[in-house]
Amino acid sequence: MTSNRTKPHEIVERALELSTADGCVVIADEESTANLRWAGNALTTNGVTRGRTLTVIATVDGREGTASGVVSRAAVTAGDLEPLVRAAEAAARDAGPAEDAQPLVTGTPASPDFTDAPAETSSSVFADFAPALGEAFARARAGGRELYGFANHELVSTYVGTSTGLRLRHDQPNGTLELNAKSPDRQRSAWAGRGTRDFKDVDPLALDAELAVRLGWAERRYDLPAGRYETLLPPTAVADLLIYQMWSAAARDAVEGRTVFSKPGGGTRLGERLSPLPLTLRSDPNAPGLESAPFVIAHSSGDDASVFDNGLPVPATDWIKDGELARLTTTRHTAALTDMPLSPGFGNLVLDGGGEKSLEEMVAGTRRGLLLTCLWYIREVDPATLLLTGLTRDGVYLVEDGEVVGEVNNFRFNESPVDLLSRASEAGRTEKTLPREWSDWFTRAAMPALRIPDFNMSSVSKGV
Amino acid sequence: MIRGTGPDLGRNSVPHSIDAAFTALPLRALADAALARARALGAEHADFRLERIRSASWRLRDAKPSGGSDTTDLGYAVRVVHGGAWGFASGVDLTMDGAARVASQAVAMAKLSAQVIKAAGSDERVELAEEPVHADKTWISSYEVDPFSVPDAEKAALLADWSSRLLSADGVAHVDASLLAVHENKFYADTAGTVTTQQRVRVHPQLTAVAVDGQTGGFDSMRTIAPPVGRGWEYLTGTGWDWDAELERIPELLAEKMRAPSVEAGRYDLVVDPSNLWLTIHESIGHATELDRALGYEAAYAGTSFATFDQLGELRYGSSIMNVTGDRTAEHGLATIGYDDEGVEAQSWDLVREGTLVGYQLDRRIAKLTGLGRSNGCAFADSPGHVPVQRMANVSLQPDPGGLSTEDLIGGVERGIYVVGDRSWSIDMQRYNFQFTGQRFYRIENGRLAGQLRDVAYQATTTEFWGSMEKVGGPQTYVLGGAFNCGKAQPGQVASVSHGCPSALFRDVNILNTTQEAGR
Repeated sequence: MTSNRTKPHEIVERALELSTADGCVVIADEESTANLRWAGNALTTNGVTRGRTLTVIATVDGREGTASGVVSRAAVTAGDLEPLVRAAEAAARDAGPAEDAQPLVTGTPASPDFTDAPAETSSSVFADFAPALGEAFARARAGGRELYGFANHELVSTYVGTSTGLRLRHDQPNGTLELNAKSPDRQRSAWAGRGTRDFKDVDPLALDAELAVRLGWAERRYDLPAGRYETLLPPTAVADLLIYQMWSAAARDAVEGRTVFSKPGGGTRLGERLSPLPLTLRSDPNAPGLESAPFVIAHSSGDDASVFDNGLPVPATDWIKDGELARLTTTRHTAALTDMPLSPGFGNLVLDGGGEKSLEEMVAGTRRGLLLTCLWYIREVDPATLLLTGLTRDGVYLVEDGEVVGEVNNFRFNESPVDLLSRASEAGRTEKTLPREWSDWFTRAAMPALRIPDFNMSSVSKGV
Repeated sequence: MIRGTGPDLGRNSVPHSIDAAFTALPLRALADAALARARALGAEHADFRLERIRSASWRLRDAKPSGGSDTTDLGYAVRVVHGGAWGFASGVDLTMDGAARVASQAVAMAKLSAQVIKAAGSDERVELAEEPVHADKTWISSYEVDPFSVPDAEKAALLADWSSRLLSADGVAHVDASLLAVHENKFYADTAGTVTTQQRVRVHPQLTAVAVDGQTGGFDSMRTIAPPVGRGWEYLTGTGWDWDAELERIPELLAEKMRAPSVEAGRYDLVVDPSNLWLTIHESIGHATELDRALGYEAAYAGTSFATFDQLGELRYGSSIMNVTGDRTAEHGLATIGYDDEGVEAQSWDLVREGTLVGYQLDRRIAKLTGLGRSNGCAFADSPGHVPVQRMANVSLQPDPGGLSTEDLIGGVERGIYVVGDRSWSIDMQRYNFQFTGQRFYRIENGRLAGQLRDVAYQATTTEFWGSMEKVGGPQTYVLGGAFNCGKAQPGQVASVSHGCPSALFRDVNILNTTQEAGR
């Protein structure tokens, strides 16, 4: 039996040795997590986990093309390795020619730590955080607040080996802290979130103090009807909207005429001005504090990923440059199909418009408008316009003459991020943010706040 | 449905046994090692759960393979109550030492929790509702052919054939096809003596045809409305759904949709087909009657509920013809089980009776905390790496035993819209305000369908919507819909769940024009 103490690179090498296919890619994911969850100033659930998943991608050449087969197994033992490799080969033979078939990647320099043991997290990552959280509970109780939230830390060490000689490794730490404060009657609610790589840079007491201020704002209540309002979207809301926009930015779909980035009559909207502001939306695996995999890791093929591209370097990419649509996502296959440059996905997103104002300074520059905390339950209504619906959540604040004067009811919105970019009249200073809606899937973002002169609040929500 | 110690099979099932490769794993030995360690370390309660979940997908784009996966998750978890606090840990090392080590980690997490609880000045302790011991029980879901016993080439060929049929029709520019299949095995044992071994199978085939107007740049799609089900491969070959009939209609339905006029926003009577109504039930009743939400345990993430605990037995949820049940027993239901992930036997119960809130979905801790007695078996973890949380049962709107057909419901509407198939959905964090779209919307004029409409969304508040339900259809209109992808909890977990419902008539519902909403 192969225990967890067996080095992952050895499993990768052994699986590659067992391969009899024309090509083989082996991905070993070593994952460890630790989490704490709380409600009403008390811990509810918690956990530590440890897991290993091995993915074998076999490619089989045939007269009509190359096929791929993908099989993944957790808790793989030595006895499982050969059946796993054979299963991937059988899946490839059964699948028929893969549309995205390309030669397996060569030439990416080996990672120097490929043979090292995986990185690992444990409950000790919360050694300083947990007592501080307990203190925050006590302080909140004394202050008449209830704290809810979640702290999660995970570390995934991914090892990629290919029959073409690639030996790559990437360690991805990922931490999130969400704190939600409510009044005891739950009629007032405020939220703050942070992304972190190691929980050394987050302070639950400071966040609780921030939320206490917001709950204080909410003591004065205004009821406003549905309508269009000047609105300050905070960085977390901007991130959630633009992440969805990027998930809808596959070049092939656009060329086929079925996305918001399709041009009527054929072609795409590449080169079109999306915003009057000099906004640049960029991904960079080396972005400080937002580091992501510098090479493609694809466990399966899809609209914006290809298993044949595993190991391909991921360059820094400007998706929007100075307000113009500059790139759509491509694999090698769809790049050739659409005659576009290779732009293989994104592990982080940074929007920058050169603004220098903080959110507080943007509030100070507002005569009358709404300041949102975050967005929730965002879903696509119409792919043609990328119309999205969702809710405001945990604090909509009325700003008058540069100051927050109270809290407003929540709203359901109907808006397209593409349209919002075209109507944004101001972008603030770019700062790291936790995208609240999509943080289960995407956490690495830095965004400015955006001022929207006429944000569409479609109806009032009684929800708090 | 649970009958004694043998495999419990639905009426239409063929006999299956638990997969031998699963029972060959050292299930009891690992459980014994983990539970013994937890007891030795002073745990008041401990449970051990070992799962093997095989999930696979096959995807085609314009009848050509565009990706797929075949993933097997295998591991185990130990959950303890120690010092009045929860502790949870999971691992993948299938050795006795490994299981004992994970039990120790769970106790360590409980001790960490206890420290935080103490620092907060709280005296709250975890206690569980009583449950009879279920020793050595086996349960298998109702299916005929394990989808994983069918060669991949046969699956790919069927999906390619279906895709080609759609692609060959006028006006269809693209076709996306997919099949998801899951084979799930769970072994559970706890310190009270319950030991269960279970096996479930489910499938979700789906096809979407896309039309593109090259001149205007407009495009739209039409997706199959066949629901995901707790069945096997037989679902794709004629049992439970008529695929040939549905695929034949899609091109003409899509062409009509492309030509359809844009809706005039306003208030309309709605006849909602089960293929759409299941999702409205899911969001506005299913989640709202989860008692952990109503009590605030999901407040920072999935949200709370307007249906607060103090309103049990009082809250007018809807009109007097509204009767909603929760169950984990419906044949082919996606939330159907023999025993939940706390060893509680599957049950069925009322949630809304004659329009009044009368019940909630429970796990053992919440049942004890609220004094509601026995848990109704809604604890579920989606993988060995996740802790069980209260997850949704099959929540279903009951038909009127002598109720009308869908056509007769439409016949009672002078000016309205008939809604078919789900598409976009969103609801607020207390389950008040929702907005849904659909696959197709038909104008109703003087009791008859008068062609499709485009750009339609319906928006309402939960109790107003259900209060406007004037008629529910008869059993002949009842369909079990559902989804594979219900999300809840942190870390995020995904659960499959079914919702049965008849067609139903709602009066005076707010209809939006989504093009106008986009400012066009």
